[in-house]
Amino acid sequence: MKIGILAYQGSFEEHFHHLRLAMSSSETQGEVLPVRKLNDIKVIDGIIIPGGESTTLGVLMRRMGILDELREVIRSGLPVFGTCAGAIMLAKESADAKVKMEQPLLGVMDMAVVRNYYGRQRESFQETIDATSIGAGKVLVPFIRAPVISKVWGPTEILVQLEGRPVMVREGNALATTFHPELSSTPSFHGYFLRLVKR
Amino acid sequence: MRYYELSFWDIENFFYKLAELRDAVERPRTRQERVGTVLVKHAFPIFQKGGVIMDVTNPSQAQIAEAAGAVAVMVLDKLPYDVRKSGGVARMAEPRVIEEVMNSVTIPIMAKVRIGHYMEARVLEALGVDMIDESEVLTPADEEHHIDKWQFKVPFVNGARNLGEALRRIYEGGSMIRTKGEAGTGNVSEAVKHMKVVNKEISELSSMSHEDMLKRARELQVPVELVRLTATLRRLPVVNFAAGGIATPADAALMMWLGADGVFVGSGIFKSEDPEERAKAVVLATSNWDDPEIVLEAQKMISEKKSMMGIDVKTLKPEELLQVRGS
Repeated sequence: MKIGILAYQGSFEEHFHHLRLAMSSSETQGEVLPVRKLNDIKVIDGIIIPGGESTTLGVLMRRMGILDELREVIRSGLPVFGTCAGAIMLAKESADAKVKMEQPLLGVMDMAVVRNYYGRQRESFQETIDATSIGAGKVLVPFIRAPVISKVWGPTEILVQLEGRPVMVREGNALATTFHPELSSTPSFHGYFLRLVKR
Repeated sequence: MRYYELSFWDIENFFYKLAELRDAVERPRTRQERVGTVLVKHAFPIFQKGGVIMDVTNPSQAQIAEAAGAVAVMVLDKLPYDVRKSGGVARMAEPRVIEEVMNSVTIPIMAKVRIGHYMEARVLEALGVDMIDESEVLTPADEEHHIDKWQFKVPFVNGARNLGEALRRIYEGGSMIRTKGEAGTGNVSEAVKHMKVVNKEISELSSMSHEDMLKRARELQVPVELVRLTATLRRLPVVNFAAGGIATPADAALMMWLGADGVFVGSGIFKSEDPEERAKAVVLATSNWDDPEIVLEAQKMISEKKSMMGIDVKTLKPEELLQVRGS
């Protein structure tokens, strides 16, 4: 099994660490590869889009010519896991609480997000979420300048909620969180993603 | 992708215990806070990694930076090159300008305060900037002390020329480190020097006996546990960017190759004659630093004739150096 991590910018090294942990704890034979170019996409069985700045990720994906190709392979079933900025990239609808800037997105999941919904870094927070639904139990996670998932429709199901808002959702092989599982104590979220890839 | 032995969570465990230790000897605080915790402050710069933070002086420059793919902008009254030329006392930027920039882009906003200027930092925190740079580019307000950054809910970035400066700033509550380089020169040589010094000092730690490490910790003026953590990680325990004199895509890629997590570009972009293309090119080269073909592509996007002229560091008098401020 080969899992790619979009490795331009953001928490890609942290995802790398947790993926390796998840692989060894589930005794999965696998390899983790950085994804930056078109050819990198062709050999992977799943991809993680890390946290970072969604505008930067979009600009670079377009510049490196992988935006359209990645959208296509995800639509035809490549498992994908987007965290924070990665979740924004996956959403079909994205708005900003303040500034309207047109940004390149993948737009593959039936959900709407609002960027920087909670505010600036000053409003960033940590919270214990209840992720029993995916077998992770109660986990302390940070939300950094996090987006909010304001709406889901169609086949998108809500896996984890916080204060009545979805923070982890799934649509088929696509998984998104507005928090950062890669900065948590557990590789369970990555383990859940690996199980999606295995199916 | 680089792989480190400890996860972010493992590192944060260390800082959490450090905070508990401080509470044990100071007034105890409730540990139930949600915002402004060490975890939340250390997490913020993780999402800047692989990116370029650009110095700007107004909203239109900030928009150029955002469109080019900058991960954040640093709002200044004057670019470091102009600070160097104009002389006099350099202070924090006007709150009005910072607010204008905050309202014109979606990426994080950073701003500089003078070293040791607790109140400028409180003002910026109240304004809501995402990160504060306690910077030697501005005129220091306190020649003896840095700000006690544990008291703030906003994360700080600090400059360092060597391991001692870096670990002292981290121990004071800094959430991110940048090499000092020599700002406003367009000359990358000092940034290279400082990054190599830090790397060398870290690699020396790995072969030390506990006894030697105790001695080293005394020299570095930080607890031996922090030194040991650094030795285990084989890198600084917080995000470390390069800064000071980066002017071209190849400069940025060089600093990444030396182990930087990302770069700050100060005068290099908006003191050049091709800021829009150059901003895009530096972003491209920083995230693809280990692919020479992409760095070549980025380097082709700019013209060397349009680079900022630059200053040879050797021609600067000792009193003109900014990097020696705040050790």
